Amino acid sequence: MIEIKNVFKSFGGNQVLRGVDLTIKKGETMVILGRSGCGKSVMLKLIMGLLRPDSGQIFVNGDEITLFKDSQFNKLRQKFGMLFQAAALFDSMTVDGNVGLALREHTNLSEKEIEKKVAAKLKLVGLSGVEQMKPAELSGGMKKRVGLARAIAMDPEYVLYDEPTTGLDPIMSDVINELIVCLRNTLSITSIAVTHDIVSAYKIADRIAMLYEGKIIFVGTPEEVKRTDNPVVRQFVEGSSQGPIETL
Amino acid sequence: MSKIPFAHTPENVFRLVGRKTIAFFEDVGGLAVMIKEMLWGLPKAVTRFHLIIEQMHAMGVNSLPLVALVSIFTGAVTAVQAVYQISDYVPIRYLGTMVGKAVMIELAPVLTALVVAGRVGAGIAAELGTMKVTEQIDALQTLALDPVEYLVTPRFIAGVLMLPILTVFADAIAVAGGMGISAATLHVPPHTFINGMRSFFKSMDLFSGLFKAFVFGGIISIIGCYQGFKTYGGAEGVGRSTTKAVVLASVLILISDYIVATILFG
Repeated sequence: MIEIKNVFKSFGGNQVLRGVDLTIKKGETMVILGRSGCGKSVMLKLIMGLLRPDSGQIFVNGDEITLFKDSQFNKLRQKFGMLFQAAALFDSMTVDGNVGLALREHTNLSEKEIEKKVAAKLKLVGLSGVEQMKPAELSGGMKKRVGLARAIAMDPEYVLYDEPTTGLDPIMSDVINELIVCLRNTLSITSIAVTHDIVSAYKIADRIAMLYEGKIIFVGTPEEVKRTDNPVVRQFVEGSSQGPIETL
Repeated sequence: MSKIPFAHTPENVFRLVGRKTIAFFEDVGGLAVMIKEMLWGLPKAVTRFHLIIEQMHAMGVNSLPLVALVSIFTGAVTAVQAVYQISDYVPIRYLGTMVGKAVMIELAPVLTALVVAGRVGAGIAAELGTMKVTEQIDALQTLALDPVEYLVTPRFIAGVLMLPILTVFADAIAVAGGMGISAATLHVPPHTFINGMRSFFKSMDLFSGLFKAFVFGGIISIIGCYQGFKTYGGAEGVGRSTTKAVVLASVLILISDYIVATILFG
């Protein structure tokens, strides 16, 4: 379980998070909705310890990670996988190098076992025979899938998705959504996805949270989101330029 | 109406000086922290030997043609100018002494370092800078890997090992260049040139140059990595970091050259 309590974060004079409270239960997929630049990705980076909050607390499995030293994060991060918005594959490595990197660094598996595991993870995301390709040779959708295979290579407890469908065509977006649902069902992974793609959110979420003006203003199931009369959520879901959300 | 350049009000000048001073101390502090983390990563680097070999290849083997080209002309021009400078009061048989000492103590280590700073230092800053702006460094951290340990330490080890090796090549090629041009145009046969070199050779000449190269190798890799890690702002930021890495490394090479020379010969 992940608990975020009254977290504040600013960059220079820009106060991005202004007291975020959110709980993600074990085994669920929580989708965080919000406009571009509202601080969704910052929340993921705070959970991973890539950024430190200005104040507030974050608990993972009961441990307050906001008190962790840098060296303690590496142990925690082995429980996590993260899919980046642009996949963030290592250009200088092959697909096999990317997916197998954590296995080579953190386990005592033989090279043969690692290759087998890499192939299995790639198969799980619908790719095979691409192990020796470089990221530059892959399409956008393939990059995301390799990124996903890399994120789940160590069989993590948690997977964080940063805009998993951004930049993909609708069909490839649906493939990625199906994969996220499949991973939750088959591997019982607890997931947090940040997105502004409503279709994706409805498909993958157990619960949806709305981040607006630095705070979580709504949490509910996809059905509750569809029925809500919260004007901010309504405007966002309907994609309307008219409403309480300022468009400038 | 366009602004008049350099028309700072006193308040702006103070602000500018203050900002530059803070940035300077931030850089000094940031570099110190990175060097500390890099040194902590040295034991772990042994287990990632393949990364060191990759970097040694990129820094050393791939720089060799350029270093050879610079060295051969350095040796040649040193010989030509030495004859012009000494011919009135030193016998020409000591031409090899002058060329050998100038090349080994100063020219080969410094010019090799400047060439490598331009080629490799820029490459490191551009590669790590691109990794930074495309979130690849964040991705390394999410895989529970320390970016300094994984990216900086192998480059540092490769730098301090390969610069002295490149300098040995540069010494040999520059001396060969000087000897060749002496034989071809200055009427100094090779055996006279070599005898001149041998008669006043001290092992300190060679080792002082190699020690300088060791220091320069560390500077090039550390500055390249630091500027790469500091990159922000997309392609423009990568370009900015690359330029800074080359300029700063070149300046530090020349400053450290003076410091090392003062320690060894002062």
